[in-house]
Amino acid sequence: MPVKDYIRKRFFPHIWCPGCGHGIVLQGLLSAIEELEIPKNDVAMVSGIGCSSRIVGYLDFHTLHTLHGRALAFATGVKFSKPDLTVIAPMGDGDATAIGGNHFIHACRRNIDMTAIVMNNRIYGMTGGQFSPLSGEGIYATTAQYGNIDHAFDIAKLAVGSGATYVARSTTYHVAEMRKYLKEAIAHKGFSVVEILTPCPTYFGRKNKLKTAIEMMESLKNTTTPIGSKAKAENPELVERGVFVHEQKGEYCEEYDKIIEKASAAVKGA
Amino acid sequence: MKGKIRFVQGNEACIEGALYAGLNFFAGYPITPSTEIAEHLSVRLPQIGGKFVQMEDEIASMAAIVGASLTGCKTMTATSGPGFSLKQEALGYAIMAEIPCVVVNVQRGGPSTGNPTHVSQGDVQQAKWGTHGDHSIVAMTASTIQDIFEMTIEAYNISETYRTPVVILLDEIMGHMREKLVIPEQGVIPTIDRLRTAVKPGIDYHPYFPREDGRLPMSDFGDKHRYNVTGLFHDMWGFPTGKPEEIYKLMRHLVDKIDGYANRICKYKQFYLEDAETLLISYGSSARTALEVVHYSRKRGRKVGLLELQTIWPFPKQIVREICATAKRVIVVEMNMGQVLQEVKASVNNPNKVFLCNRVDGALITAEEVKQVIRIVKGKGI
Repeated sequence: MPVKDYIRKRFFPHIWCPGCGHGIVLQGLLSAIEELEIPKNDVAMVSGIGCSSRIVGYLDFHTLHTLHGRALAFATGVKFSKPDLTVIAPMGDGDATAIGGNHFIHACRRNIDMTAIVMNNRIYGMTGGQFSPLSGEGIYATTAQYGNIDHAFDIAKLAVGSGATYVARSTTYHVAEMRKYLKEAIAHKGFSVVEILTPCPTYFGRKNKLKTAIEMMESLKNTTTPIGSKAKAENPELVERGVFVHEQKGEYCEEYDKIIEKASAAVKGA
Repeated sequence: MKGKIRFVQGNEACIEGALYAGLNFFAGYPITPSTEIAEHLSVRLPQIGGKFVQMEDEIASMAAIVGASLTGCKTMTATSGPGFSLKQEALGYAIMAEIPCVVVNVQRGGPSTGNPTHVSQGDVQQAKWGTHGDHSIVAMTASTIQDIFEMTIEAYNISETYRTPVVILLDEIMGHMREKLVIPEQGVIPTIDRLRTAVKPGIDYHPYFPREDGRLPMSDFGDKHRYNVTGLFHDMWGFPTGKPEEIYKLMRHLVDKIDGYANRICKYKQFYLEDAETLLISYGSSARTALEVVHYSRKRGRKVGLLELQTIWPFPKQIVREICATAKRVIVVEMNMGQVLQEVKASVNNPNKVFLCNRVDGALITAEEVKQVIRIVKGKGI
């Protein structure tokens, strides 16, 4: 099925700014779903609040646009009540790791079979360019006019440490790689996280000497490197791309099925 | 009523009512004095193939039941004061997106951590106005274990009929007190499931286009129709809109679909109202005290009656106005600073004849205290 058939054309044009990376993620995501041949009726997409979370409205799946930070909590209800659904939660960096940080680490820990996509543009775009937990020191933002003093998270390491069983990072510059990881993550049985670095020229770029979309894309190329590369050894500042973990562990819905068996057996026995 | 007889806590009666009504998904977080609901459901739900999940916090529990309701489940979460505060955000979401679900709040003393192991009825106004923005909601309560069972079934029926969250306002005493419960055979008490759309696959389904009676047939996530659900003001497709006319239409719908049916939704019990000169109005555990006073007074030939509210929101304005019309004095017996009192005053023709008899120290209000207030109001001194 052509990728355009996954789109609700009625709701276009989209709200994203010129140069925004979210459309690239959307295209990569749909290609991954198309390659996996998942029927539209089998996909539920659950998002929170922010520029990135508007992605769900444009897609012809069962779509739930919820509250800031709460996508994974709503998504857990959807998945756990109907495990046959493929559940995908696209989120922003502030959405997933600041206001939604608790839900994020516990969804990782629970290892419920869903895919979290963190579209990391290191800024709160929808509210006008405030610094996020991913902005990092020295970044300028509308709430960090003297330069940011907050340290940044490493989302991939946070996810690994919290127990996610598939964790990968890519960027919207590395489209083929990004699509590959999204495909692997969706196909993976267990909680998967794909962090995608994506440009926000409007707010991040303008405040941080990366005024055009092209400059931002180039910076995604120049500041990242594959995991364990020689470049990383030479320049520890580089952000690593690749698969950080890919392992099998008891999946939540399947483990709960065993609880149902135990509980029903206890009733029959009594 | 015939049925299986048990001797249970109010929290368990609430579970029995929910399971009778078809509960099959619960998400919660431990909090006193509601925890027994989660504990018992963690045993009961998997026995019937239902789902129980202990989430990372109260917010997530509320969010999870909304997600599960969208796939067609009958859902519940249970909490108390501080947890109820945390759930308000997603409770508002359920109101806006019109997702049926039931939230139990076993009230304890507040504000803040307050008085976790003692009784209070301090969350009455919060049940309505805890979440931001104009809206309507349904909140119910009960004063006997049998009534908790029946009101919980009713809570699901209303939630499914009107596509709204329903709050069950118990209090610590009602949650923990034990009394006889009769559980009738399935089918004796009617249970209602949400309307599901008859629109065929391939034909446009408008998830947010109300029928003439205000009802919106649903389609389960994973079923034949794919649509968008959002907490933003939305059009008939469920897609965000900023158009004033669409916003107005939705706001009116959200309020009218409940307030317009208040007389149908509201449940109450009447004790000796025909000739009552002194009318007590109460609910929950304090209604038990009020009823004791009514029995005591009637034995002595005093014309005291009780209106027990079982539905608090929407507030049964018209019913309260009519019942209060002939009473010489109305005394609201409640364990807060007058949260139902202000609703009663706003409902009656003469607010000056409405008085408060309350207690807010974590102990159950006593019959002596109610009798004393009656004496004072009658002008007979202390």
